[in-house]
Parts: sequence; C-alpha cells; structure tokens
Amino acid sequence: MSEPRIVKFEILRFRPEQDEEPVWVSYEVPCPEDFVVLDALNYIKDEIDPSLSYRWSCRMGVCGSCGMMVNGTPILTCNAFVRDYPDPIRVSPMANFPIVRDLVVELDSFMEKLTRVKPWIIRKVEKDPSLGEYLQTPEDLELFKQYSMCINCTLCYAACPVLAHDEDFAGPAAIALAYRYNLDSRDAGEAERFDVVNSGEGGIWACSYANECSEVCPKHVDPAQAIQRMKLTSAVQWLGVWPKRGAE
Amino acid sequence: MEIVRHDVVLVGGGGAGLRAAIEIARSAPELTVACVSKVYPMRSHTVSAEGGAAGAIGPDDSLDQHAFDTLKGSDFLADQDVVEAFVEEAPRELTQLEHWGCPWSREPDGRVAVRWFGGMSVKRTWFAADKTGFHMLHALFQTSLQYPKIVRLDESFVTRLLVENGRCTGVVALDIRSGELRAILGRAVILCTGGAGRIFPFTTNAAIKTGDGMALAYRAGVPLKDMEFVQYHPTGLPGTGILITEASRGEGGHLYNKDGERFLVTRDYGVGNRAELGPRDMLCRAIIKEMDAGRTFKGPYGDYVHLDLRHLGEKAIDAKLPFVRELTRNYVGIDPVYEPIPVRPVVHYMMGGVGTDIDAATELPGLFAAGEVASVSMNGANRLGSNSLTECLVFGARAGRSALKFARDSAAPNETRALELAEAEGGRIEALRGKHGGEKLSQIRREMNAAMERGFGIFREENEMAHAARTIADLKGRYADLGLEDPSRVFNTELIAALELGNLLDCAEVVAVAALERKESRGAHTRTDFTTRNDAEYLSHSLVRFAPDGPRVESQPVTITRWEPEERKY
Ligand SMILES: Cc1cc2nc3c(=O)[nH]c(=O)nc-3n(C[C@H](O)[C@H](O)[C@H](O)COP(=O)(O)OP(=O)(O)OC[C@H]3O[C@@H](n4cnc5c(N)ncnc54)[C@H](O)[C@@H]3O)c2cc1C
Ligand code: FES
Repeated sequence: MSEPRIVKFEILRFRPEQDEEPVWVSYEVPCPEDFVVLDALNYIKDEIDPSLSYRWSCRMGVCGSCGMMVNGTPILTCNAFVRDYPDPIRVSPMANFPIVRDLVVELDSFMEKLTRVKPWIIRKVEKDPSLGEYLQTPEDLELFKQYSMCINCTLCYAACPVLAHDEDFAGPAAIALAYRYNLDSRDAGEAERFDVVNSGEGGIWACSYANECSEVCPKHVDPAQAIQRMKLTSAVQWLGVWPKRGAE
Repeated sequence: MEIVRHDVVLVGGGGAGLRAAIEIARSAPELTVACVSKVYPMRSHTVSAEGGAAGAIGPDDSLDQHAFDTLKGSDFLADQDVVEAFVEEAPRELTQLEHWGCPWSREPDGRVAVRWFGGMSVKRTWFAADKTGFHMLHALFQTSLQYPKIVRLDESFVTRLLVENGRCTGVVALDIRSGELRAILGRAVILCTGGAGRIFPFTTNAAIKTGDGMALAYRAGVPLKDMEFVQYHPTGLPGTGILITEASRGEGGHLYNKDGERFLVTRDYGVGNRAELGPRDMLCRAIIKEMDAGRTFKGPYGDYVHLDLRHLGEKAIDAKLPFVRELTRNYVGIDPVYEPIPVRPVVHYMMGGVGTDIDAATELPGLFAAGEVASVSMNGANRLGSNSLTECLVFGARAGRSALKFARDSAAPNETRALELAEAEGGRIEALRGKHGGEKLSQIRREMNAAMERGFGIFREENEMAHAARTIADLKGRYADLGLEDPSRVFNTELIAALELGNLLDCAEVVAVAALERKESRGAHTRTDFTTRNDAEYLSHSLVRFAPDGPRVESQPVTITRWEPEERKY
C-alpha cells in the first residue's frame, strides 16, 4: 500500500462544561487511500484526543448516525472519502440543530416530528396474521418504495433553508415518511395525517422548494419531490375533487 | 440519583427489543415499558441486516423441513423443542410485520416472495430487496411510535442490573447526554442488547455490538450459554469487513479461487450439491483451506476469493441486490455487474449468549432475554442465515409475553437493596470517569482483538487458544489500571468506550473458557486437535458462570424431541 497522506483536519469542538462557544481545533491524521472521514475521527479519538465526541455505529451508510458537515456540506462521514477532499478538511456538527457537544447534535425535535406525522399503518380493522398477508403487487410497492428508504440521518434537516429560520417545520424526512404511508396500499391513514401535514405550523406549505434536501440525501429518497406531490394532492383534496384515503 | 419506575424495563431497541415492547403495549395496555437504548432505536444494528428472514410459507415447504434444516445447520446442538416452537411461530410473526408495513418484496400476484438461503433446503427466506433488517427495524420502530406506554430512554447506557432477593428489579443507566445516572426500577427486565462481534478485529458488526447485555447478565450471576460458537460469514469485504449478503449467493452468485475454479463444486468440502448455498461454517472452512493451499488472491488486507455475480445481469442485481451494488461501488470501487467482488470470511454472529428457556426466561427470576444477546438454543453450533431476524421477532414477542405475565403476577419488589446497589454503581462510574492510570484504552482493545483472532478463529487448537486466553486474562488485569483523559459529563464517549471495553473483555474471556473446554469439532467450533464431533461426551450446551475466582464451566443437556443426531453431510 502507498504511504498514508498526512491530512489536516479542522474540527469544530464544543465542550459545554468548559467552552463558552465552539472553537476550531486542528489535528494531523495519516490517512491511507481508503480512509473515510469517520476513520480519521476514530484515529483522532484513539491516538490523539480521546475526548472528541461524535456518533457512529455501522460504518456502512445505513444506521444514519454519522452525519456531519464536511467543508460545510452535510454528509455521512462513513461514506465521505478523505481522498476526495483537499487539505484542510473542516468537520463541524450538522447545521440547524443545537450542539450537545463537539460533533453531536440534539435530535429531540426531529424525533418529535417523526412521531407527529403518524408513520405507521392506520386501518379501520386489523386483519389477524393467521389470515395471511395483504396482497401488494410489485407495482404497488414501487409507488412508495423510494420514500421508505430514509435512514433518518437528518442530513436533509441540516441542508434545509426553511429549517434555518422556522424550527417548527416538520422537515423533509418526516414529510416524505408521511407520504410513504399515504401511498402504501395497506394504509388508510391519509385523512388522519392530512391536518398535520397541512398545518400552518410546520406543514408542507412552509417548504420553498429549494431542493437542497434531495441533493444531500444519501439514499435518493427525494423528499423535495414528496413535498411537492403532497402539496398538489392536498390542494386538489381541499377543493374536494379527490377523496382522502380513510376519510369517512 | 434520579429514580424512575416502570412495569417492565426493556434494554435494547433493535429488532428483538422493539418486538417485545410492541407485544407488551398491545397485550397489556395498562403496563408501561421503559425502552432503554444506548443509541436511538433505529440505529440499532438490526438495521444493517441485508438478506432476509426465514419462515416456511411456500407450497413446497413445511414446518418440519424448516426445523430439520435448522437442526442440521446447528450440528444438532439446538434444542429441538425450541426449534419446533420457532418454526411454527415464524410465519405468523413475519406476516404480522407485513401488516405493520414492512415492504417485503413481492411476487407478481402480490404475495410475499421468498428466496434461497444457505443451509435451507427450499426457498423460504422473506426479503425486502437486500435491506431486510433496515426495513424490519424501521417498520417496528415506526409502529412502536403509536404507543404512548412505550417510554423511550434514548441514548441511555445500562451499566448494571439490579438484583434484590434473587430477583431482577431494574437497571442503572447512564444518560449519555447529561452524564447523570438513573435507577430504572421495574417488576421485570428484558435484555435485547444484541451481540458481541466487536471482541474480534475483523467483523461485520457495528461499533455498538460490544456484548453489554451478556456481560450485565454474567455479572449478575446468570450463566452464558454456548459462547464458544462464533459464526464467521464467508463473504465480507477485505479491510472494512462490510458484509456482502448471502442473498447474493441465494440469487445465484458463485465463489471462485484465483485459478478460476468454483472450488465448492470441484472439491469435496462436505457441502454436496448445495455448493455456494452450503452452511456458513462449512463454506468458511473451505475458503481457509483454499488459502492454505495457496489458491486464493493476495491483497493488502489478507487473502481473498472472488464472489461473481456478473452472470445474474444488471437488471436482477438492481432489483434484488441493490445494496450490494451500492456497497461495493462505494467502498471498494467495484461494480458487481462488471467485476467479481473480493471477499473473505469475517466474524458475524454469536450463537451463544445469555442462557434462556423456551419462554425467554433466564434463571434469574424477573430477567428475560431475546435476540442475539440470548441463547435460547435455536442456533446450536451454527446458525442458518436468515433465522436470526425471525428469531428476534419470535422470541422478542415471547419475551414480551413472559415479562408482562411476570410483571402482573409478582408482588411489587422491595427497593431498599436495589437503591443501595444503584448508589454503589454510581460510585463506580464516578471513579471511572476521567480516571488516572497507566493503560491506554485503544491499546487494550487492539490487543484483545488480536488475541481473539489468533486464538479463536475458524480453526482452533489447544496451545493457540490457551495462549490467547492468557492474553485476555492479562488484559483484564491491565484494564483495572486504565487511564482515561476525559473528566466531563456531557456526552462522554470515552467513558462509554471504557465501559464497553470492560464488557468485551468479559465476553472474550467466556468465549475462551468455553472453547478450551469443548474438545471436539462441532459447527463453527472447529479444532485441529479434535477433528470430529463427539456426541458421547459433548452433545450438551456449555454454561459459563461468573465466580470471583474465575469463570466456572458447567453443562446442560440438549433437548431432543423427534430427530436423532446424524452425521452432518450435505
Ligand atoms: C451486517 C449484518 C447482516 C445481517 N444479515 C442478516 C440477515 O439477512 N438475516 C438474519 O436473519 N440475520 C442477519 N444478521 C443478524 C441479525 O441482524 C442480528 O442478529 C439481529 O439483528 C440482532 O438484533 P437484536 O435486536 O438482538 O440486537 P441489535 O439490533 O443489535 O440491537 C441491540 C440494542 O441494544 C441496545 N443496547 C446494547 N447495549 C446496551 C446498553 N449497554 N445499554 C442500553 N442499550 C443497549 C442497542 O442500543 C440496540 O438498540 C445480520 C447481521 C449483520 C451484522
Ligand atoms: S456509521 Fe452508520 S451511517 Fe455512518
């Protein structure tokens, strides 16, 4: 293997018990060719400064823990190759969230928003499992599949210009998830989700269609498209032209 | 110290934990469940499971066939009553998950589709493309959000079980964000904390799989069962250990050595015409033998073989294995549509764990366990791929039912002693945070990993194992002199890592002790000095129990109902 490249990392650190405000700290890390930014953070933690704090787990881009801003753009650090960045690499916590410590942000509001949109199958009657599955063709599945791929990494929240000034906005991931359930042939909860999704506080109408969310989404969920389509459906439903699934 | 009380305290929000929580919320809406998890539940490692979940539904399938495949896969070390209960409840559980929104892949007529998996004699593995665990976990998590009686304590790290008068009455947990300890008391406690793959250096397991629940139970006097059985998966990416799912072979992928030979077909490795769909232990041994014979590729991260999917074609790969394509493109710069994937065996799964009975009860009253942390004895000496996601559902639900019954039927526990223990635990954690000492955490972890890989790999031998076991014992001594640098409270991940390392060392020690004791080759435990299975002496589970002067090994008979153990040849 070739010699590791020595890369300078500038990391925004904040230790609430000692720091008044976040400060940039630099570290030099020997990075082999296949290092991702997360590997460099682990190197710093193991070899230079064990007090650096951040979240990670799977290291394969699926648990959604390791999102940060790398050179100002939200990205999964386990999937951000060091070789793709020039020196120095700046790593900071995800924007639009309060910082808990170092690269760890507070996710309470996100968790509340997820729950707010009722992301579960709603039906008037539940069938007993002994009666078998609900039939759903591959085409039915295709309708909502893309919107079910969200890993809750919240990169889209860090990128969203609306959330930068309106923290009530339910946000791209939560709305895409509501849309996913609305489109699922097994679900009849659209009417129950309608008010939340269309609420003046935090609903879809706050979205300015900047499309930043879809651009940073590592799983190509395209939440911007979900929001646009929901606006259209809601508008037509308001006019009473289309029924809402699950409405009496 | 803050004290909170719930009816049931559940540790772990992965597949098994969430299934248990939902079972309680639906069957006993009057009870509250604390769901305590060191990561947000949807980050749990169930999320990374790819290939699928087994449950017999096809017209050509039967419960007996699923049971027999599982038993044979287990090298007859699984308890047959447990396996029978498992296969019977599996289809219902998987269907239940369908009703909760899991986007299972479908046949054109709308029925759930099933695929081939290793060691299964028919197609019976349900799948959601190759992101099955991700979809299962998110479906469970999202479903759980509708039950207000499931009270989540996210990012809380359980450091100890509270035991009072021979009954488990709660846990002590560190709130990671504030750094404060909390006593969480309950009438019943369920452990669903997952596996311990991180005792090894090269593993498919996430950073959080540190055997915490196993160590918690072990320290509370509950024996760990069959811990010598560590499953290697034949196809991990060299370097990172990222898993390339068995579904890629289920869908028709082939393994080749460097001479372009499909060695599982051309040579006799005991898998018969199953070839690439033989069980994992046999495939791993075959690959190592190919390495030893010099017929494998050399790479910077060790020898490897090729997994070839090219003949499946782009369309099938994108439809059935999109995640495999995403992972190999991202992490090794290889597109499986055009090139074979380099793979090598990688530590994947713990067959062993906290010993439980068929109802997920441990021998400590009030303590239950399910999922990978547990050893209910359905996997024996070698788990079949796609059985463990289903295991999380079947035994997660069972643990939920058992715990709620226990919580309803038992008297409210006395809290005096539990609170004293909690205070003492507070002192221990306080002393550990930012503790001065001469030993470096990452160094101990590295040495532990190296020792485990050397001593407890795919092929094992007395001297190597004994040597590694001594290293682990030595590392435990050095761990006592651990030096930490971070005295702060808020989100102190160094403290968490130190607690996890303590748990890993406990698990490593138990694996070592159990492996040394089993002088035979069975399933994933292959010894070069005792090369055959020895039913006369070892058709039994190992139990390792904590004792102040060192672990004690006991044994427990295997339950046999209808199938006499036979030679395992495919
Ligand atoms: C890459 C990969 C692919 C796999 N693919 C398949 C497959 O296709 N089919 C199959 O059947 N199996 C598969 N498996 C195995 C299967 O995914 C796991 O065995 C199973 O998901 C384990 O689930 P669990 O609920 O027991 O634990 P986990 O999902 O690991 O969850 C453990 C939970 O416990 C919590 N926890 C742990 N310690 C503590 C603590 N100290 N305090 C508080 N909370 C704690 C964690 O936060 C987490 O919520 C795969 C495994 C891997 C690694
Ligand atoms: S560590 Fe899981 S997504 Fe990066």
